[in-house]
Amino acid sequence: MAVGRGQVVALAVGGAVLVAAPPALSSFVLTLLTQAILFSILAMSLDVLLGYLGLSSLGHAAYWGIGAYSVGILTTRYDQGFWLTLVVGVLLSAAVAAVFGLLALRATSVYFLMITLALGMVVWGLALRWVSLTQGDNGISSVPKPRLGLPWTPADGLSYYYFALAGFLLAWAALALVVRSPFGKTLVGIRESETRMRTLGYHVWLHKYVGFVIAGAAAGFGGVLWAYYNGIVSPSDLELATSVEALLMVALGGRGTLVGAVLGAGIIVALKNLVSVYTHRWLLILGAVYIGTIVYAPEGIVGTIRQWRAKGEPS
Amino acid sequence: MPGVLTADFWIIQVFNGISYGALLFLLAGGLSLIFGMMRIVNMTHGSYYLLGGYVALSVIWRTQQFWLALIVGALAIALVGIAEWNAFLKRLSGQELGQVLTTMGFALIFQDLALVIWGGDPYTIPIPPALSGSWQVGTLYFPVYRVFIVGVAAFIGLVLYLVVERTRLGAKIRATVDDPEMARGVGINVYRISMGVFALGAVLAALSGVVAGGFVGVYPGGDFEILPYAFVVVIVGGMGSLKGALIGSLMVGLLDNFGKALFPELSYFTLFAPMAAILAVRPTGLFGRA
Repeated sequence: MAVGRGQVVALAVGGAVLVAAPPALSSFVLTLLTQAILFSILAMSLDVLLGYLGLSSLGHAAYWGIGAYSVGILTTRYDQGFWLTLVVGVLLSAAVAAVFGLLALRATSVYFLMITLALGMVVWGLALRWVSLTQGDNGISSVPKPRLGLPWTPADGLSYYYFALAGFLLAWAALALVVRSPFGKTLVGIRESETRMRTLGYHVWLHKYVGFVIAGAAAGFGGVLWAYYNGIVSPSDLELATSVEALLMVALGGRGTLVGAVLGAGIIVALKNLVSVYTHRWLLILGAVYIGTIVYAPEGIVGTIRQWRAKGEPS
Repeated sequence: MPGVLTADFWIIQVFNGISYGALLFLLAGGLSLIFGMMRIVNMTHGSYYLLGGYVALSVIWRTQQFWLALIVGALAIALVGIAEWNAFLKRLSGQELGQVLTTMGFALIFQDLALVIWGGDPYTIPIPPALSGSWQVGTLYFPVYRVFIVGVAAFIGLVLYLVVERTRLGAKIRATVDDPEMARGVGINVYRISMGVFALGAVLAALSGVVAGGFVGVYPGGDFEILPYAFVVVIVGGMGSLKGALIGSLMVGLLDNFGKALFPELSYFTLFAPMAAILAVRPTGLFGRA
């Protein structure tokens, strides 16, 4: 898939706005932006599974939560700095994904959904009930700002925004490399037809497994940044509703494109925050967005735009 | 933890586990049939449970009739289920992602509507005098209401079993579960059967919600609290299998009770980890077919 000139321009403009605009923005909008780019990391990581491998996971928030809890526990109990929490958070979520992947990839379609749901609940159950480690329902509060070992600490909203933006760009670049590599193309091939790829001599299971672990590790990376941003880590970070919301982000934006995942995450974060300002009935509206996405844009926003374009062009 | 090793502790915990398992069987039996037949991951199932309890509560407030409330609650939710299935779900067969997101959307909407209509306070459904109190056996007390739940679940389980295994309608249902395309080919109205089973699942969920209202209460958030349990039962037992739902329910009920009593810190883990272990060996559950 070649990158069109229009896309390059759009990305450049988008990037320039993300870098230049924030100092002029209100703290409310800045909050929105920071949350949007952090949840984009979760959505992009899930998109590796959902979009590129065609596997709907109902437990992806678990890895995000493992990254977040790594930060919560290591900073408040052991007074660790940023880099160690980052390494532990990413490695731990990758390790858990490596174990869960062994179980989950034995199944396909609706069974894969159920198994990932169940595995997600295992982690959620530990977070909720292992009170001596996780403080249960209350969560771990007063997570400090990241200590980088540098003269600079992203302590206030604006500097944390830039810090998160750097993390987001890093995650995007890494995942874009993955999905554009021959490995990524193989994942798409597996999504389209496992049998064909197996016949061609590809090790289908291994590709799925590596994709699963990469997705878990990337989600864990996002969770680390989220914990430092939010200042509190709680079971709601990895509950079922968060996993489903991540699915919605990807489905709404458009599966199989990282831009779509970012777009979906941005829209959902903006919607949740803006609607809850104006009405208490935001769950009602969020529910309608879930249903409306499936009814009106089953291929997501990016997918729908592509369909329009395809219709416009003479074939 | 007083008296962990006494026989009384074990008897009471087993009894509590079985009665909770009976409640779960009511809830998950229908979910399992829906899974088995339509492969729908129904996130709204917990909402049916909660709404059933709330509707029954409103009926009781007006009429003081427990049994009437049970029936009205179940029928009202059957209508909700039929409407949801007809308007959206029947078009989404085979699209797991679409089903998950649509039913999740309904679950959120129902959660919010329930909050608007019934408010945020927890309620308990008043149980009829005949079902309150306890039976005393030696030094042990068994609440009549919990025995009643076991009885209801056993009765409904038996009726379901007889209908599915012994009647013409049941044969059609089994045929639709096994191979919808062939079933359609031999003249079975798969749409009507599917809608009927979906409504049945909603009715059972609502019944379990009313019954549960008598001992755990009806409160906001109850829907998403019970949903994972129903999923675990179905996953462990295997989708579409009544026998699996029965065994899964008892297992989950007992594991939950003993987990909470013996290892409170790991109580969810003791529930979900055995399930993961079973899945590792049998990805389709104990009695499920791929």
